[in-house]
Amino acid sequence: MSVEEIGFFLLATFLVGFSVLVILARNPVHSALALVAALFIMAVLFLTLNAPMVAALQVLVYAGAIMVLFLFVLMLLNPGTVERGSALAWGLTATAGAVLALELIGFVMPAADSVQRLPTSEIESRFGSPEALGLTLFSGFVLPFEVASVLLLVAIIGAVTLARRTKE
Amino acid sequence: MLVELGIIAVKSFIVLFMVLNLAGVMGWVERKGSALIQDRIGANRASVLGFAGLGLVNTLLADPIKFLTKEDFVPPHGDKFLHTLAPCLAFFPALVTFAVIPFGDVLVVGSREINLQVANLNIGILYVFAMASLGVYGIVIGAWASNNKFSLLGGIRGSAQMISYEVAMGLSVMGILMIYGTLEPQEIARAQGHLLWGWLPAWGIVLQPVAFLLFLTAAVAESKRVPFDLPEGESELVAGFHTEYSGGKFLMFFAGEFAEMVTAAGLITTLFFGGWQVPFLFRDGFHFPWGSDFMIPQLVVVALQIIAFLTKIIFFCWLFILIRWTLPRFRYDQVMRLGWKMLLPAALANLIVTAIAIAVFAA
Amino acid sequence: MMVPLHYYLVLSAVVFCVGVVGVLVRRNLIIILMSVELMLNAINLTFIAFARALGSMEGQVIVVFVMTVAAAEAVIGLAIVIAGYRHRPTLDPEEMHLLKG
Repeated sequence: MSVEEIGFFLLATFLVGFSVLVILARNPVHSALALVAALFIMAVLFLTLNAPMVAALQVLVYAGAIMVLFLFVLMLLNPGTVERGSALAWGLTATAGAVLALELIGFVMPAADSVQRLPTSEIESRFGSPEALGLTLFSGFVLPFEVASVLLLVAIIGAVTLARRTKE
Repeated sequence: MLVELGIIAVKSFIVLFMVLNLAGVMGWVERKGSALIQDRIGANRASVLGFAGLGLVNTLLADPIKFLTKEDFVPPHGDKFLHTLAPCLAFFPALVTFAVIPFGDVLVVGSREINLQVANLNIGILYVFAMASLGVYGIVIGAWASNNKFSLLGGIRGSAQMISYEVAMGLSVMGILMIYGTLEPQEIARAQGHLLWGWLPAWGIVLQPVAFLLFLTAAVAESKRVPFDLPEGESELVAGFHTEYSGGKFLMFFAGEFAEMVTAAGLITTLFFGGWQVPFLFRDGFHFPWGSDFMIPQLVVVALQIIAFLTKIIFFCWLFILIRWTLPRFRYDQVMRLGWKMLLPAALANLIVTAIAIAVFAA
Repeated sequence: MMVPLHYYLVLSAVVFCVGVVGVLVRRNLIIILMSVELMLNAINLTFIAFARALGSMEGQVIVVFVMTVAAAEAVIGLAIVIAGYRHRPTLDPEEMHLLKG
């Protein structure tokens, strides 16, 4: 077991642990914080996959902004501890989830076999760097980029309109 | 491999040592400086063997001992785990950010060139912003875990303020990134040694004065210092989001605020004031524009650079303390208006003007 | 020796299914939204893993777009939750059955 594999298994264990905590915790704030931890571990996994720019974006956008929004809403609404649903529902859904996971893995393994993984020596040194991401984004994906910015504008306007107190 | 790990460990230790000590000393400067500004004596009661050291003993020895020996409690019905976690979350980003701030150029030891920066990431400044965005959690969790309306109010205000000024902070730095063409702080610091027209060092403040003012304001707001300290509004919200904290946990919030101040000073120095650059000092010595050259051994050059870096940081910390004790506090709606309606459009305008200027001058 | 691609894909599938279970069984709107975020993150991990394996930056670009869409969706979802909370102070989707036939 090389150092990288040990590191990966450590991260994977924590990631799955925190994800399960997200869906199991009785207090929604605990769920939200577990999700923040899970997102942070995701960012570390991205780093191991030669994606430093995406890892920084993950921490900046996901863990640093979206989850703060979730926590804001939770603090404002203050739901307290919530019911978790019956054991029957949990049992059935967990079984369905396990079956789904096994099916996905069954699909994914042959696909991963057919992909030739490039060794590290052949990955150019600029892979995953901001320059590479920027070049790819702005040369081949300009239209989706502009559409995404319009999408964000629509989201902002929609959220402001929805959350506004209307005078009844 | 082991040697490289050892070098990184030594560099991390040096940086942490510097930041934590500076945070402590800034605490003392704050108390004594505020006393001088307000025409009073300040803390001078504690002394060791008769030596009171202008309040040094009081702030650096007596205060921490007092904080650490106080009773550590969790408010009833408060969340015990989160209450203890919050100060750690508040302290962590301020320290970790310093990993990418360079405190010198290269140090040549034998055949090895040691880059005087703990981590040379290709995402550089983005890492700083990512860690700064994690700083919100300390406040949010601390406020919520206290089960106290004042804390919650302070926490919500504080987090809203922090995320608003993160945007302004990021945008104001864009001009600098465009001019120097890189995200890495070490490269930005090196690029500022370039001499414009043969005699003017191309520091960030020279090329982007507006961005400097915007970033300074946003950095002060991010670290929740007066005039932006509504989250801990001392005369309004009891003590804001750290009302229910005492003892060691409060010390961590307190020290975390000073560490954030040091980090902000470090960022301003690196981006706008040349970092470790001494004007006209190159790797082999001084090369003045009027022709005279002084050759200086490499170790002396590195020492000069580190001293320059420390001087600049201490200057900005002192500036922050001066601002704190001069200006009154902003109201919450004024803070929000400043962040969104004044800083953000100004940063965008600065960005556009910079882009046009670069396009024109490159032609 | 690099970590094989399979490991990342299996991890991603597991996290995705944890998210699916969360969406199906929890009775709190905000936790459901968080489980959806979990699913989207698992997808991101798959994209990044394949981007690394194939040496193509397009996988990472797609992840940027997924993050953008996730942000927009979280914002709108939470705004809807807040707006609905004003009418009836509940976060339980079972209690939102006024339109039921």
